[in-house]
Amino acid sequence: MPSLRCEDLVLRLNGATILDGLNAAIPATGITALIGPNGAGKSATLRVIDGLMAPTSGRVRIVSDGPVRRAFVFQRPALVRASAFANVALALVPLKLSRAAREARARDALARVGLGDRAGAPATRLSGGEQQRLALARAWAVEPDLLLADEPTANLDPAATELVEALIAEMAAGGTKVVLVSHNLGQVMRLAADVFVLAKGRAVEHGPTRTLLLSPQMPETRAYLSGELPWTSFAAAS
Amino acid sequence: MLQTLQETVSRLSSLDRDVLAIAWLSLRVSLTAVGIGLALGIPLGAFLAVTAFPGRGALVGLFNAFMGLPPVIVGLVLYLVLSRSGPLGSFGLLFTPGAMVAAQAVLATPLVAALTRQVVADAEAHLGEQLRSLGLSAPRRARALIHDTRFSLVTTALASFGRAISEIGAVLVVGGNIDGHTRTMTTAISLETQKGDLSLALALGLVLIGIVIAVNAVAALLRGHAARAYG
Repeated sequence: MPSLRCEDLVLRLNGATILDGLNAAIPATGITALIGPNGAGKSATLRVIDGLMAPTSGRVRIVSDGPVRRAFVFQRPALVRASAFANVALALVPLKLSRAAREARARDALARVGLGDRAGAPATRLSGGEQQRLALARAWAVEPDLLLADEPTANLDPAATELVEALIAEMAAGGTKVVLVSHNLGQVMRLAADVFVLAKGRAVEHGPTRTLLLSPQMPETRAYLSGELPWTSFAAAS
Repeated sequence: MLQTLQETVSRLSSLDRDVLAIAWLSLRVSLTAVGIGLALGIPLGAFLAVTAFPGRGALVGLFNAFMGLPPVIVGLVLYLVLSRSGPLGSFGLLFTPGAMVAAQAVLATPLVAALTRQVVADAEAHLGEQLRSLGLSAPRRARALIHDTRFSLVTTALASFGRAISEIGAVLVVGGNIDGHTRTMTTAISLETQKGDLSLALALGLVLIGIVIAVNAVAALLRGHAARAYG
């Protein structure tokens, strides 16, 4: 598994500073979550790690034994108007597999996410939860060393969220390093081994998930966590 | 006026051989030109939508401007190129259907490229980041986006067919409006109107409108069916 080092990342876009000297040593194993308020730079960090955005300065160092295969799962699954199978097969094009190997891998990935019987269905006709599972199948098919997931369950209902979380956990258990951006602290608690808190383009705190969420040290972390909606009191009131 | 209409109906109902021959040539020339325009313009437009290079903006502006290229100017330039003393004169294409196809393809290609670029750029805004994250090359991304926008590109094809079949300036100059050889519906309508054979001109006009409506209807049906199937 690859470990990642974000070193003094600065990202400026249209005069706005998105990342402001972000430093983060992301462990090589398990699921690492990035949390923080909107505009903190979480999604931008994932994009810089993936190479979708070039930092204004600083760099991302990926330490690994060999080449690192990456996959990105977005908040809204971006799917081509074609069958579910074709969407997964498209992700395999850069791997230069034989046609038979490509088809076998695509079918296997669809089966793994529970869409084996929907291979021929138009991707854009699937439900939101199925579309996100299809996006995960596309990621899974390339057998990534590193999965970057940007709020993958933000638009899903609890049942679909549970399925997607199980798939991400399974990928991590299978040896894929996962970096997860999420506003859902319950999800972070369920999935992540460690957490980075981002604020104003910097990583302000890092630690094991339970320790950090229950005993935050930095004022930015406390401010963010105190803004979490008190779902327990709603539940108690009902 | 009434007599002209009666003659028009008579020519249409008897499927006048002249009318059919002219209609068939027009259709053949325009469909071939549109085919060439699509084959060149779609990849070109998609490539412009997914790549960034110095001068790309100017090239996009040029294609946008060439959507309004005056057909008679295209005809004139092609006339000079294809005439006996021109650089391609040895091919002997001037005053042949081949020259008319070339002229209409020159008109159709920038139109297809400009409209495709816009359609694909819109899709790229939605899908581009995902396709780049998959590690696909620019040509492969362009191909995926063409596939994604294929139903919208039908409209592009229809627009270019409309431009080709309805133009008169370019085919008149490079085709010469030779009876039985390079006479199309638009050139024939113009000629027959000047000659006073209004019933033939009107019959051709009605056939022309019928063809345009039929092609659009078939395309709309196919597009609707495919869009319902693939979303």
